[in-house]
Amino acid sequence: MSIVKPEYLGVSRISGPIIVVDGVSGVGFDEVVEVITPSGEVRKGRVLEVERGKAIVQVFEGTEGLSLSETRVRFLGEPLKVPVSMDMLGRVMNSLAEPIDGNPKPIAEDLRDVNGSPLNPVAREYPRDFIQTGISVIDCMCSLVRGQKLPIFSAAGLPHNLLAAQIARQAEIGGEEDFYIVFAAMGIKHDEAVFFRRRFEEGGALKRTAMFINLAEDPVMERIITPRTALTLAEYLAFEQEAHVLVILTDMTSYCEALREISASLEEVPSRKGYPGYMYSDLASIYERAGRIHGKNGSLTQMPILTMPNDDITHPIPDLTGYITEGQIVLDRELYNRGVYPPVNVLISLSRLMKDGIGKGKTREDHADVASQLYAAYAECNELRSLASIMGEEALSQRDRAYLRFGDEFEMRFINQGVDEDRSIEKTLEIAWDLLSILPREELTRIHREYLDKYLRT
Amino acid sequence: MRGVIVRISGPVVEAEGMTGAQMHEMVTVGKENLRGEVIRIEKDHAVIQVYESTSGLRPGEEVKGTGKPLSVELGPGLIGNIFDGTQRPLQVLAERAGVFIRRGINVPALPRDKKWHFTPKVKVNDAVYGGDIIGVVEESGLIEHRILVPPNIQGKISEIADEGEYTVEEWIAKVRMGDETRIIRMFHTWPVRRPRPYKRRLTPKIPLITGQRVIDTFFPIAKGGTASIPGGFGTGKTITQQQLAKWSDADVIIYVGCGERGNEMVDILLSFPKLVDPRSGRSLMERTILIANTSNMPVSAREASIYTGVTIGEYYRDMGYHVALMADSTSRWAEALREISGRLEEMPAEEGYPSYLPTRLGEFYERAGVVETLGSESRIGSLSIIGAVSPPGGDFSEPVTTHTKRFTRAFWALDKELADARHYPAINWIQSYSEYVDEVSEWWIENVDKEWRRYRSEAMRILQREDELKEIVKLVGPEALPDRERLILEVARILRVAFLQQNALDPIDTYSAPIKQFKMLKIIIDFYYGAQKIIEMGVPIFKITQIPLISDIMRMKSEIPNDKIELLDELYLRVKASLSELEKSLR
Ligand SMILES: Nc1ncnc2c1ncn2[C@@H]1O[C@H](COP(=O)(O)OP(=O)(O)OP(=O)(O)O)[C@@H](O)[C@H]1O
Ligand SMILES: [Mg+2]
Repeated sequence: MSIVKPEYLGVSRISGPIIVVDGVSGVGFDEVVEVITPSGEVRKGRVLEVERGKAIVQVFEGTEGLSLSETRVRFLGEPLKVPVSMDMLGRVMNSLAEPIDGNPKPIAEDLRDVNGSPLNPVAREYPRDFIQTGISVIDCMCSLVRGQKLPIFSAAGLPHNLLAAQIARQAEIGGEEDFYIVFAAMGIKHDEAVFFRRRFEEGGALKRTAMFINLAEDPVMERIITPRTALTLAEYLAFEQEAHVLVILTDMTSYCEALREISASLEEVPSRKGYPGYMYSDLASIYERAGRIHGKNGSLTQMPILTMPNDDITHPIPDLTGYITEGQIVLDRELYNRGVYPPVNVLISLSRLMKDGIGKGKTREDHADVASQLYAAYAECNELRSLASIMGEEALSQRDRAYLRFGDEFEMRFINQGVDEDRSIEKTLEIAWDLLSILPREELTRIHREYLDKYLRT
Repeated sequence: MRGVIVRISGPVVEAEGMTGAQMHEMVTVGKENLRGEVIRIEKDHAVIQVYESTSGLRPGEEVKGTGKPLSVELGPGLIGNIFDGTQRPLQVLAERAGVFIRRGINVPALPRDKKWHFTPKVKVNDAVYGGDIIGVVEESGLIEHRILVPPNIQGKISEIADEGEYTVEEWIAKVRMGDETRIIRMFHTWPVRRPRPYKRRLTPKIPLITGQRVIDTFFPIAKGGTASIPGGFGTGKTITQQQLAKWSDADVIIYVGCGERGNEMVDILLSFPKLVDPRSGRSLMERTILIANTSNMPVSAREASIYTGVTIGEYYRDMGYHVALMADSTSRWAEALREISGRLEEMPAEEGYPSYLPTRLGEFYERAGVVETLGSESRIGSLSIIGAVSPPGGDFSEPVTTHTKRFTRAFWALDKELADARHYPAINWIQSYSEYVDEVSEWWIENVDKEWRRYRSEAMRILQREDELKEIVKLVGPEALPDRERLILEVARILRVAFLQQNALDPIDTYSAPIKQFKMLKIIIDFYYGAQKIIEMGVPIFKITQIPLISDIMRMKSEIPNDKIELLDELYLRVKASLSELEKSLR
């Protein structure tokens, strides 16, 4: 389209990432704008609100260097679109899908609305295919399935990147089918981005990976777009190319902070901790893009990573995320300090889609019972631990002491594993049965008797 | 009436030139005819909440009135269907527009081409009143759809259609009302924000049997009652609601997915048709209606979805059915109110919610009830409402939870710690309550066992005692307690594991018939009485905890199906016998 777009000179207000343009006409809500700075640089933005003769615009790359009189604004008449293409695999791009790896621009196969559209629930296929990550605690106790959205709740200093990279590397999706990784970084440190790149490279996954990078020093407002750009490509790969796609989004905490910043500059009434009241819906518009579509082969699995401010799981960012995603894997500082990797706190971790992804013909017939019994036993152990810490282990009964021993071994032999160790689900279940044999058989009431007879070692 | 858009802010649009607009009138907005509702009027200015994405909408585009308030279509074709928040049939949308939801597509809720077999129940010259049954249609294998005279019509039948096949739009009766003739079709429309009328309200007395032990036995809800399920993420609101939708002994189930996950709706869509109603042997989908406004669908339609659901519920109630409505989650609805209110720049009350939040919540739950319906022959129908609440941070002191508590009479508090320990359903037995216990006791006594009330109270007492004792144990350890009290701890543990915990995924445990619930409870409580007696005779507690049968008690829920209740009687006798053996060994 070569229609000349209306251009306006001068803005009436600049506040944070927001500019107000007066005297406009024919501007649509949510459309893209180009903001041309006095020095001639072109930045992208989006219409947040429009009135007759006035538009409120959010500038993605920030408002630094803009002036009231010399800023020019061009309205493009359509929502923000980004290119998608198979050629983006193996490439490193910014939030708007422009290459930043020094190589030429990939040829776009299509231009797509970055916001996507809501999937009609009746068109969804229920996710039920087990993904083996090779990590016991995940595979056995919070199993990941194709098309799930399963975040990692972490905190500063915990090895979430290591874990995410290990999952991406080991995730055995299908085997013969295409498997791609789409990686979106929001506000992470340069080192972290390099770490991921190196890990993908080592695993030979780099050419199957598209990376969208917004670093900590990059414009904050672009972070609002990064995950959406990444998901637009991921949807294309999953639902058009019918591949299995794993999307890693990190760090959602930086994303939410950017959202809060915009809300504050619009002087909106804040909800908890200053975050906007619509953060739930906003996050849902990202997370709900995971899934499968009826009649298509591909799948879009999401693994968002977020760091919990002050290790607080009730903070709005993990809280609202947990309300939208299909479970969560929670990392725990105390386990980490004791040298357990991955330091997954199993009790607060959960996979809601596990129930249909495991069992006979998928993993193994005893899987659900074993997982349930491990949960119950570990919960019991934790309760007894606090008792033991007050009165000493000697005060406990033999049964109780068995639970304590179970808990210790569970952490050291089951949860704990190497950063390159790739355990099969059979291996994982074997360790589990080994641990369960520490407990008296009468305690194992969550396991069907037939499985006890078949698998329990005595 | 035609106005012009002057401002667009997310789902909220302002238009001028709207003289004559009515509050809550449906309007179409812009070139794409997006659907919206008038929510504020000032002179010729109207504020409209738009039910579809407003992306690309421009000031200057037109707003057209429809003259009608936001309404739903009520008639055959609802059962087994799935609609969005404003009653657009999602299946049809998918056929027309593909896998993604497109805007500006207006499809009627009920299929216009489908023919239904209508059997008349009135004759020419019969006098009919609003609520009377004109004829019936078999809507599904489970539901006979009773075609009602709409509430505002009464008169003499001047024509009635013969038995035969008709679409919902064809006339099936004509009623003379004064000198006017009103045409009655198989469907009529009703404004969602206006409760449907009835003759009078009755006291809810019959329990809504859910097959969930902690609910039916400890915190029951009556048919026509209200309940709320608050709980942090992952504590089991949805699973509980789905369990109720599957196993409740209601005639019609309305499940409103309000601002929640798309996959949860698919789960229901795929699993319900395969599940069999334990009472009729038919597929559960034949009594279920789904309303889905998932979290990524427009926020204002989320607000409407609750009303759409409850209006359809009242309609089936008016036919004389027992209807149960699950709303998951009412917090998302409240948040939608908050978001719209924020865009209107209204003065916020608590935590940004508008000051009318409690009023709206109250009005919603007030639409539940057992009623004597309109019509010359009286029918009893009921609508029960069960609302999930998603408090931020799992903190029950937030506005939606606290206000909901005021308007609901059963409160099922989900507990994060229980959920983390995989005690499901994670309904906390200390914090939860039901105000229906007295009302439903009679039913249990008449239909299950005359001692129901006593066993229930004893179990509650033991659980409460455990709670107190646990505090002591934390300080001094269990050894310091006398055996009598350690027995309470042991029995409470059995109650928790064998009775309160109920695995929704286990094919047998997922549903417990009332008689099974009672017999299980009786086994545990009578075990307690027996053990208490021998402990008083000096048997040490470990002899009791080592009884091998305890593990059978722990497994009875998943090993003894509802149709083999006699196995529970056997187990009962074995438990008795093993206690008397212990007693004998003492002599
Ligand atoms: N009765 C039950 N039996 C077995 N598992 C259960 C039961 N209740 C809950 N669960 C487990 O807990 C998980 C979370 O439950 P659910 O999805 O109902 O939580 P929720 O309260 O609706 O969370 P959210 O607010 O995030 O939607 C389920 O996926 C399931 O694994
Ligand atoms: Mg839920």
